[in-house]
Amino acid sequence: MSEFLEYSLLGILSGGVTALVALSFVLIYKGTGVVNFAVGEVMMLGAYLYYAGAVTFELAPWLAFVIALAALAALAVVVERLVLRPLSGQAAVAVLMATIGMASIIHGVVEAKWGGDTYSPPTLLPRTPVNLGEILIPGTVLGNFAVAAVLIGAFLAFFRWSPTGIALRATASDPVTAATLGINVNAAQRLTWILSSLVGTVAGVLIASSAGLSPLLASAALSVFAAIILGGLDSVLGAIVASLIVGWVEAVAAGYLGGKTRDVVPYVVVLAILVVRPHGMFGTRTIERL
Amino acid sequence: MSATVPFASERPASPVGAVARVAAALPGLALAVDGVDLRFGGIHALRGVSFEAAPAQVTAVIGPNGAGKTSVFNTISGFYRPASGRIRLGDEDITRVPVHARAARGLARTFQNIALFRGLTVLENIKLGGHHTMSAGVLSALVYGAKARTEENALRAEIERRVIEFLQIDHIRHRPVDALPYGLQKRVELARALAMRPRVLLLDEPVAGMNREETEDMARFILDVQEEWGATVLLVEHDMGMVMDISSHVVVLNFGQVIAAGTPAEVRRHPQVIEAYLGAESAGEFE
Amino acid sequence: MRTGIFHETFASEERLWPSPTARTWMFAFLAVLFTMPAWGSDYMLAIACIVGIHVIATIGLNLTTGNAGLISLAHGAFLGVGCYSVAWLGKHSVPFYVALPAAGLLTAALGVIVGLPSLRVKGIYLAIATIAAHFILTFIFREWESVTGGVPGTSIPRASLFGFEFRGDRRNFYLIYGCAFFLALGARNLARTHIGRAFVAVRDRDFSAEILGVNLVRTKLLAFALGAFYAGIAGGLLGYFYGDITPDYFLLTLSVFYLAAIIVGGLGTVLGSILGALFMTFVPEVLRLVAQASSNVFPGVASLLLPMQQVVFGILIIGFLVFEPHGLAAVWGRIRRTFHLWPFRT
Repeated sequence: MSEFLEYSLLGILSGGVTALVALSFVLIYKGTGVVNFAVGEVMMLGAYLYYAGAVTFELAPWLAFVIALAALAALAVVVERLVLRPLSGQAAVAVLMATIGMASIIHGVVEAKWGGDTYSPPTLLPRTPVNLGEILIPGTVLGNFAVAAVLIGAFLAFFRWSPTGIALRATASDPVTAATLGINVNAAQRLTWILSSLVGTVAGVLIASSAGLSPLLASAALSVFAAIILGGLDSVLGAIVASLIVGWVEAVAAGYLGGKTRDVVPYVVVLAILVVRPHGMFGTRTIERL
Repeated sequence: MSATVPFASERPASPVGAVARVAAALPGLALAVDGVDLRFGGIHALRGVSFEAAPAQVTAVIGPNGAGKTSVFNTISGFYRPASGRIRLGDEDITRVPVHARAARGLARTFQNIALFRGLTVLENIKLGGHHTMSAGVLSALVYGAKARTEENALRAEIERRVIEFLQIDHIRHRPVDALPYGLQKRVELARALAMRPRVLLLDEPVAGMNREETEDMARFILDVQEEWGATVLLVEHDMGMVMDISSHVVVLNFGQVIAAGTPAEVRRHPQVIEAYLGAESAGEFE
Repeated sequence: MRTGIFHETFASEERLWPSPTARTWMFAFLAVLFTMPAWGSDYMLAIACIVGIHVIATIGLNLTTGNAGLISLAHGAFLGVGCYSVAWLGKHSVPFYVALPAAGLLTAALGVIVGLPSLRVKGIYLAIATIAAHFILTFIFREWESVTGGVPGTSIPRASLFGFEFRGDRRNFYLIYGCAFFLALGARNLARTHIGRAFVAVRDRDFSAEILGVNLVRTKLLAFALGAFYAGIAGGLLGYFYGDITPDYFLLTLSVFYLAAIIVGGLGTVLGSILGALFMTFVPEVLRLVAQASSNVFPGVASLLLPMQQVVFGILIIGFLVFEPHGLAAVWGRIRRTFHLWPFRT
């Protein structure tokens, strides 16, 4: 029984970081209607830039972190201006494929610059393990979860109570009306992209510091899609809850069925969900106007 | 652009063609909406709506915006499952029949906001109207074998003769539909519905956004369909002049309920109808 | 836009090559193509074989995604299914003329299963479902060692026809292009029948298609099945050509490759598929040549090849989407029109 408890706990805790990645995706989808397939690559790039700053240039980890954040924010602005704005009239399929293209470019650049080796960037969090009764929890797992929880809580508060947050929600819900009310829709969408990339960078740095940095980091995001689908594409709360659930399922499956199944379990979950309840637990079911 | 001369000798000799000619002459059926109740979550879109469109006649459904006219059409088409009530096509209860199976029973429809297929030409759009009559399988299609070829040629011949000439759109048959002006797009949509060999034709605001001339042309086409083809026409429209001119029976909806039904003259004088439209004491007849 | 052609029957207007000029050009092209083993260099032949395989797979994806609008990122995995099927059947002494179509049909059946989510969801959801399917399939490729040989891969017995073995590029060229010709013809034929039209209708406005009597379930599943069939054949031919394969070939990048091919070439047309496949095959080749040529100046640039490919793929996808959304087929059309109309301009 304690085995089950251990798997469950570890799974839920690791789901915390998945929740951050899912948040990064949902922000963009809710804010601009764009499905961002490059979510994993953004995360990866942020982690690599952090590594470059902290190790290659031997800056203080905190400084490297901030620089990575700034760089990704700048990239988000560039992408929004150069890729998404010109495509804003076209079908959703086109934009989706454009983000696939973006993912490909980022992946290629990262691999070209840093190769396929695994690196260990310094952590910003304590590594000491924590004992909960019989269960040993690595310090990084707990730390990641704590950071994720704080950040997500801050975002939920931001969207609920801050005027900017409310403006972002308005733009997401109805850009035309938002514009007539004086909200600068372009700026709002740009901000959404910036926030999304910041969140992604944090997630990337957390994962890289605890699990190692390599181009495979990006594929960690693919299991996030399972969470996103389960939670509903446009629900922040759904993304969070679903990430925890997916994390739990992954850990339990890996524990009982063997480590390799960890790779494939999220995808089976995705397919199951899509067949049973395509709009996820909390997503809005859109009714097409005929 | 190659010129195609419709040849009199283009009449297909195969049995498929013979069936096509006979089938296209099937008379219109009655369409009955019987006690239909429709809900969307909290919204009660239709309440106990009942009316009948007599065979081979033009019936109009009118009412202010939001009265539920398009909901009625969507229910008849099968997109919405009514909470209660039935839809009858001729003698058959089609309430449970899936959407795509209604075409073969003779139910055709146009849409309020044109629903043409932008990736196809006018001719290809119209040919899709004949989809439910085609039965060649995938294998036959891949090799364009005898069955597929005969069917395609017969379909083309029938469409050219019965639809394209009838609606006078032969000059645009190879144009992509998204390049056409609005009025012509509406006409192509009607053409596509006609290619379905309809026994009941639902027209959702066929003259919306048209000027006087275009409206008169369309009205003439609709009357021709009803007279020459013998199809039952059920029409949703806001243009009162046209409705009063061409329909023999009018049904008035408001807030999801039928508030009046009768001949155009009767409906025009009905106090509840006047109130629904003008919202006040009768201020004389409306145009 | 050709002038001076007058059709006297509707049937003649429906022909794939309606004018004598078109027929002549097509005949000349085919003559040149099918005599390539005689006049082409070994390098050209090898590339041509790969192009042929890519063309078949691209036409398949164009049927599912370009024509029917159903986004599929499982295409790479479908090629794998075709390849491994052919390998397994070959090892059990099934002759290629049975094994290859069987592989196609098996992949088609799998395509139907992968396509099931398309009955409930569209767009991004469908894309994610196909990605999930892709990963599940590649997992099976790696783990089902008894059939696929697992991570180290497996060998594929060469195709042979009553003792005549298809070994080497020249013989495989005919095998590949023979299949490609008929499959391309099939796709073109499909477009002029009600089934092909139904695909486009489902893409453009599926509720309208339903009203016209199009059975959405059957059409969507058929679109997936056909696309998968083509991919299965392409995968089988791939196996016969290379002789052995590992699961590493069938990564998600392969699916993205084909997606790029249909965007670059032009969605929904066979010509687009051919041009896209041709273009995308040459991209890695050109990159390789550039890398080789500049290896004196930039040593170690060869290791950058794979990443550079990814960058270039991404740039191509975005570039074409922004600047040339109808792909090379549209560019080709414009060039042809200029020639036909010359010396007039419009």
